[in-house]
Amino acid sequence: MGAIGTMTRLTFREAVRRRIALAASVLGLAFLALYNTGLYFIQREVAASGPGPAGAMNEAYNFFMMAGLYAANFLGVAMAALLTADTLAGEIASGTVQTLATKPVRRADLVLGKWLGLAGLLGLYGTLMVGGVLLSVWVQTGYRPSNVGTGAALILLNSLLIMSVTLASSSRLTTLATGGVVFGLYGLAFVGGWVERVGFFIRSATAMNVGIVSSLLLPSEALWNRAAFDMTSPLVRALGATPFSAGSVPSPLMVVYAVGYLLAALWLTIRWFGGRDL
Amino acid sequence: MTPDLAIETRALRKVFGDVTAVQGLTLQVARGEVFGFLGPNGAGKTTSIKMLLGLIAPTAGEAWLLGRPLGDRGVRARVGFLPEHFRFHDWLTAGEFLDLHGELYGMPRDRRRTRIPELLELVGLTAFRAKALRTFSKGMLQRIGLAQALLNDPELVVLDEPTSGLDPVGRRLVRDIIRDLKARGTTVLLNSHLLSEVEITCDRAVFIKHGAVVQVSPLGTLIDGDTSVTIRTGPLPDGLAASLHRWARDVRVDGTELRLTVADETALPAITRHLVEHGVDVYAVRPHKLSLEDLFLQILGTEGSL
Repeated sequence: MGAIGTMTRLTFREAVRRRIALAASVLGLAFLALYNTGLYFIQREVAASGPGPAGAMNEAYNFFMMAGLYAANFLGVAMAALLTADTLAGEIASGTVQTLATKPVRRADLVLGKWLGLAGLLGLYGTLMVGGVLLSVWVQTGYRPSNVGTGAALILLNSLLIMSVTLASSSRLTTLATGGVVFGLYGLAFVGGWVERVGFFIRSATAMNVGIVSSLLLPSEALWNRAAFDMTSPLVRALGATPFSAGSVPSPLMVVYAVGYLLAALWLTIRWFGGRDL
Repeated sequence: MTPDLAIETRALRKVFGDVTAVQGLTLQVARGEVFGFLGPNGAGKTTSIKMLLGLIAPTAGEAWLLGRPLGDRGVRARVGFLPEHFRFHDWLTAGEFLDLHGELYGMPRDRRRTRIPELLELVGLTAFRAKALRTFSKGMLQRIGLAQALLNDPELVVLDEPTSGLDPVGRRLVRDIIRDLKARGTTVLLNSHLLSEVEITCDRAVFIKHGAVVQVSPLGTLIDGDTSVTIRTGPLPDGLAASLHRWARDVRVDGTELRLTVADETALPAITRHLVEHGVDVYAVRPHKLSLEDLFLQILGTEGSL
């Protein structure tokens, strides 16, 4: 655990010293402030329109909560890619890695330490963003969605997935190429998710299959769809797709696939970084 | 594998695509030796060093470091390394940087606590312990890099261009450190473009060209041994030049100049006396020692530098 722990702490320290943690926190809080402002005025409008059926008010709050979580999920994914893209590629290109890799440590430990550090940082960021959205909705409206734990875990898993894919690419490609690969893959999954949504409405099996294939290429959108399904209200679930979720719900097997995908990416990182010339 | 060698390589080879960086490096460095790595740019010196340290996988060949085969993780705890491009995590302070590398060496906290101030003192950076490395000059970075390479009291220190960013005071410091290391029996592998540096500090040097060993020479004997001499004289009687072989070799007559090589400068008065006794006017006697630069150019030639 020695070298792994050292690298984990180094990753945290880097985030603090290079003001990445500060920038992410300040902008995250700015997002939550804006979100709360919007939520306050919407909640005031809803309350002013008179006491409707409790269920209808909850539908409105759930919709607004899902919008916040959708943004938090996207920001988590973007943060994972941006935080990680330069991690190995940058250290290899600059030569910083040379003094680390010539120490009596396994290269795999350097990778695992960095992975744990990045996972910790993304965990904190995810907690701030997802927790902030859920807390804001609860404090302002008293609304609590179902399956909060599962949904939040899936959103966090999504950012860990993107981080692991980025780390794998970063162990082999340059920083810029890594950015291109990861956002390219994410774009495919994102567009695939929308093709699937449209396919669900127009009852096109082909379009839905395109979405499923894109989920296999990178299961990030599928993870979000599953999280959205778990946290969305029973009424919306019954209606099918919302702007923030798919009509066809990814099965729990897709979550297992995503975990396997993440582990495969981590294994590839260890293998590629361990075998390459530095 | 010979256990009393610090470094042993056999036909070590590295090919990048269609470029052969190292053709077949075979050399032996004894424990306690200060060994120079010389060659023009692109000769494969840094690639060879990286192969020895496990940063680059050889395409072919074998090598041992302190008796252990390449890739042995444990042996790295006994090796210190200052890379050519000393880029470090510049958001760390000097103290944190050394502590990080001490941790990676597996040094206990107490040992790091005593060793780090010692090393900062050694490289003249005690006052900068709490300063971030990004505020350091190139020379200061090289000094802290050197301290990092010595953290673990290594048995073998590999220094790749350790003085490239240093002023004369810094270069003197590095020389003194290398002398201290040698006195303690530490093996030093020194790759430096500054031939005067190698000349002063190294016991032996390998001359590399196009990724292959051209010659391994003990520097002391080569540089301190032979002296070439030019003697400006009047006309020389027939056969007199040949008679100088009692004291010298490679005797050549070039107009009014007599060129020869002596093993020891103490032969020069006898040669001069001999010439005068045979009626030859002697106008000048100019001995000149071979510098490492002469040797470098003699062995490796002037072409081939990249």
